[in-house]
Amino acid sequence: MASPLRQSSAAVEEFELGPGPARQSVLKEEASARGVSIKLDGVSKRFGEKTVLNDLNLSIEPGKFIAIVGRSGCGKSTLLRLLAGLDGISSGSLTRQDQPIAGINQDTRFMFQDARLLPWQTVLENVKIGLTVDKSAEAERKAYAALQLVGLADRAKEWPSVLSGGQRQRVALARALVGHPHLLLFDEPLGALDAVTRIDMQRLIERLWQTRGFTAVLVTHDVSEAVALADRVILIDEGRAALDIPITLARPRVKDSGFAHFEKLILDRLLTPAEQSGTSLDELDFDI
Amino acid sequence: MNRSFRKFTTVALPWYIPVFILVVWQVLGSTGIISSRTLPSPDQVVRAAVSLLANGELIEALAVSTWRAAIGFAIGAGIGFVLGLLNGVIGLSDKLTDSTLQMIRNVPHLAMIPLVIAWFGIGEAAKIFLVALGVMFPIYLNTLHGIRSVDAGLIEMGNVYGLNRWQLYRRIILPGAMPSILVGVRFALGIMWLTLIVSETIAADSGIGYMAMNAREFFQLDVVVLAIILYALLGKLSDLTAKWLERRWLQWHPHFAKAVPQSKSSS
Repeated sequence: MASPLRQSSAAVEEFELGPGPARQSVLKEEASARGVSIKLDGVSKRFGEKTVLNDLNLSIEPGKFIAIVGRSGCGKSTLLRLLAGLDGISSGSLTRQDQPIAGINQDTRFMFQDARLLPWQTVLENVKIGLTVDKSAEAERKAYAALQLVGLADRAKEWPSVLSGGQRQRVALARALVGHPHLLLFDEPLGALDAVTRIDMQRLIERLWQTRGFTAVLVTHDVSEAVALADRVILIDEGRAALDIPITLARPRVKDSGFAHFEKLILDRLLTPAEQSGTSLDELDFDI
Repeated sequence: MNRSFRKFTTVALPWYIPVFILVVWQVLGSTGIISSRTLPSPDQVVRAAVSLLANGELIEALAVSTWRAAIGFAIGAGIGFVLGLLNGVIGLSDKLTDSTLQMIRNVPHLAMIPLVIAWFGIGEAAKIFLVALGVMFPIYLNTLHGIRSVDAGLIEMGNVYGLNRWQLYRRIILPGAMPSILVGVRFALGIMWLTLIVSETIAADSGIGYMAMNAREFFQLDVVVLAIILYALLGKLSDLTAKWLERRWLQWHPHFAKAVPQSKSSS
């Protein structure tokens, strides 16, 4: 079992050298042991009269990166809250490693749209919140290593208020990663960032996901972001999975014609109301 | 040279007006434009202060008043803080007690002086009771407001990250409410002196208020003025204490960070 420090130094090296093919495969192998599987079977979620998710079936393999897209109010954030254990399901079954999800799990971490750092604690103390024990020097070291991962070790002693939006979100990422979770949920964490910072963050998230190998679920309304990051894009419309496309592009992804193809495929479906589309999930041919 | 001079001017700036008033007052007094039977001049007040310091009366009066203020503040602020905390965190407690507290709050507490004298006489308990009653409400209201205005997103974050109730309170709710609580403390310190002065003036046999009332009996206006100036100084002193607390406890706040040299972060 690699210590966090060694992992972090590996990641730092990778920043400089770029991922070599040999290293990549080693990391992947270690990685697949570190994700969890998720299975949704006929999951529905109702708030009073309103049905937000309706009979949703979904199976997520360990270590995969899943993006969930959809119009606002389609239930994608609700789905993420169910996965986090923040809300309970109304019917169906929702399991994680074949165990039903009941309540908040310390092995699941959540990144919000805003960083949600505690303004009265230093950057380092904020990262320590991601650890269950926070007293020892060990915790200090782990938090420091996590900050190193996101490239903010030199800001450890500062207040969050002096950081930029992108830096705050990177601290939030360090806080999410420091406890080595097996499932990481992203609720549009890059929505409020400017375009360049956004691309930086996407690359950082992809790199960390590749080295750590956790299962990642990203909710976003940015189709291009979904295609850039995910192994699979799921489009939710009126509480159902309207589209489920594996993105077969090689990583790191460049915006070539293949990329555009997937982007168009998803956008077209997103812009077409369900009644008029006329195609069911099975009829679509995803080959390019 | 130029810089240090400028720094001196900024530090001295708040004192320009008090010093100016003092000088004008002294000139008016010593030229006889204002009779010393109306308002004694500053040098007469200083002489009164020196003689009262020499025979120990002033120190004793100050000690007695400060002690009353401190005890009353501690009791009132403690009760206000605990009630604010309970009502901010527990809905049932809020429903049960808040409207009662609001009713009591709207009674001017100084209007209770006759009743308080009937209950406690003119002993220590009467004054401490009144100070505690006056101090309680600003602390209560601001603690409650502070807790309610803590960012719900941060509390949700705390829940997701598995903080237990105590950690949630200690790391998120209390620090989040602290700016508001300290505003309450500043209000309360003002009310503390006001209440004490009034109650000492009406019903006491020691303290600064008593000293002033006693002096009036013998027409020692210099002592009366001295007492008034002492109140101004004591008020300023407690305000400085509150500001010091703000700077110390709210270092993270961008507004206060400017006032404090950032020694911690510049490593």
